[in-house]
Amino acid sequence: MTRRIKFIQGNEACVEGALYAGLEFFAGYPITPSTEIMEHLSKRLPAIGGKFIQMEDEIASMCAIIGASLTGQKVLTATSGPGFSLKQEALGYAVMAEIPCVIVNVQRGGPSTGVPTHVSQGDVMQARWGTHGDHSLVTLTASNHQDVFAMTVEAFNIAETFRTPVILLFDEVVGHMRERLEIPEPGEIPIVNRLRTAVHDGVDYHPYLPREDGRLPMSDFGGVHRYNVTGLVHDMWGFPSDNPKIIHGLLRHLVDKIENNASHIAMYKTFYLEDADTVLVSFGSAARSALHIVKSLRKRGEKIGLLELQTLWPFPADIVRRYCNKASYTVVVEMNMGQVCQMVKTAVDHRERVFLANRIDGVFITPTDIKNILRLIKGRGV
Amino acid sequence: MAVNDYIRERFFPHLWCAGCGHGIVLNGLIRAVEKLGMSRNEIVMVSGIGCSSRISGYMDFHTLHTIHGRALAFATGVKLSKPELNVIVPMGDGDALSIGGNHFIHAARRNIAITAIVMNNRIYGMTGGQYSPLTGPGMLATTAPYSNIDQSFDIVEMAKAAGATFVARTTTYHVHQMADIIRSAILHEGFSVVEVMSQCPTYFGRKNKQGGAVEMMKRMKEITTPIGSKKKVENPDLIERGIFVELDKPEYCSEYNQIIERAMGGY
Ligand SMILES: Cc1ncc(C[n+]2csc(CCOP(=O)(O)OP(=O)(O)O)c2C)c(N)n1
Ligand code: SF4
Ligand SMILES: [Mg+2]
Repeated sequence: MTRRIKFIQGNEACVEGALYAGLEFFAGYPITPSTEIMEHLSKRLPAIGGKFIQMEDEIASMCAIIGASLTGQKVLTATSGPGFSLKQEALGYAVMAEIPCVIVNVQRGGPSTGVPTHVSQGDVMQARWGTHGDHSLVTLTASNHQDVFAMTVEAFNIAETFRTPVILLFDEVVGHMRERLEIPEPGEIPIVNRLRTAVHDGVDYHPYLPREDGRLPMSDFGGVHRYNVTGLVHDMWGFPSDNPKIIHGLLRHLVDKIENNASHIAMYKTFYLEDADTVLVSFGSAARSALHIVKSLRKRGEKIGLLELQTLWPFPADIVRRYCNKASYTVVVEMNMGQVCQMVKTAVDHRERVFLANRIDGVFITPTDIKNILRLIKGRGV
Repeated sequence: MAVNDYIRERFFPHLWCAGCGHGIVLNGLIRAVEKLGMSRNEIVMVSGIGCSSRISGYMDFHTLHTIHGRALAFATGVKLSKPELNVIVPMGDGDALSIGGNHFIHAARRNIAITAIVMNNRIYGMTGGQYSPLTGPGMLATTAPYSNIDQSFDIVEMAKAAGATFVARTTTYHVHQMADIIRSAILHEGFSVVEVMSQCPTYFGRKNKQGGAVEMMKRMKEITTPIGSKKKVENPDLIERGIFVELDKPEYCSEYNQIIERAMGGY
């Protein structure tokens, strides 16, 4: 069988990835530049017996996917800035109640209504800290359609493995750009399905008692095990508790299950880094321009390379350190005021060698923009 | 099955104050479900935040205690993904009609087969007695120390206008009627709303000098009358109780199943 090849938008590549991963339920509310995801799914999901619903707002959409996940389904919602803000309370609920779910944020310019049709990467910190309280979660991103597909599949796999919400932080350029996508054969990319409990009917099932490996087997609503799910701090039965030991134990579990697996979750790509003295660090659509300028400067003999981050949270500090610590110049290319740059500075010994190459005017950062900023950084004038 | 089989005794004593109306609703719910003879595995109870919303944790169903005001949105996800489940949503008046007002009207509009039980004590009990959209003008609350000037919603009228196909009202005084109505609501194929006038002696009762639980419940008897009764003609201020609406209209999940058939048939 030949692999299916499509020439499509990034948003549709995300749809293909989600369906490949086994998506069964989508709830959403229209917002530019993510709307195409829900439009495609309204057609595709019922055709495979899945469910699609346009809810009354983004809050309701986030809540609905959590409800559907508890009946055993793989679930998705998609939005952009203002809608992502609205989802934050329920996103925290998914963290607390350990509900596998995937949330796409196709970033646009903010704050507030901002610039709906222009690109930005300004929601990196919001993805990590948008909901209140100490917590951890996973955020992935991608710079091209093949990776949008792969990261979407990965997002579902991680959500199921760690019982966690996973955020796919795309941006307007990747979401709307048209590019080739080769859809892998079924089975080519491994799919993680829900881990269900082996505890029999009539035996006490503990929905919130982690196994030795830290994983918590689930039981679908409607099945033989009836248990309580709550956003309150809870014991192993899911019943509310304010016992200090239980509070401490639960918070540690929620954070550790992600942070202790940071190295497994860390995904990235390297280009020309073996001998690079100048290392660009970038992600999402900005990484396209970064790669472009790296290739053209390499042709001129400059020792420059690119570290493209695909996992943004938990922040892959070890990877960044490995590739950037010895470089004379580390330049973070992003379309915000330095949200990833801050994190890179904390990962290396010499923060004064870390620079920011950015644009925050809604215009896509070009290879020439990066080249000019590099000249400035290196004191060569423009 | 015995009444106790529907309760998670492990999680008692409950957190409600003595005389709180919410415990009576729990009782009515159990009686309704017991009569229906449904398996506990087929029932999902979804609730939000408030004293009322804690009811879910005490019942031995699949229970989902969510965030303030959003229970119906979570419930919509449960129901649409597995329509064979019976989904019951107990809510507070603030939970259902203030922060959750939008989800309430949209769930009603869709006519999705979920049963919403609004436990209306006309106050925010859990946060200590602030006024709700059901408190009514002239009443006192911790945030209306002079007198409340906010007009109230009429839950029944609102549910009807939004498209709910089963709408009823009862009180904690009328326990048998409550159980019967809840049973019919659960059996109804569409969005059903049951307003249960409930008492919060701790805040609403005390602030408004309505006495303890017993006095408040007696009052519930005095200020209500069955739908269409002669008493209502003589005293239009009386609040009617009973089933106001019971309509047969397309239910959301059944309609969606037809969409699936069309999409799979490729036309
Ligand atoms: C988003 C959010 N806002 C506010 C609160 C605080 N809060 C908890 S319960 C509640 C009101 C409860 O009133 P009601 O729904 O009438 O239930 P009752 O306690 O009276 O049964 C409020 C305001 C919250 N938990 N979440
Ligand atoms: S505060 Fe009011 S509503 Fe809450 S438990 Fe006490 S009596 Fe009931
Ligand atoms: Mg109340």
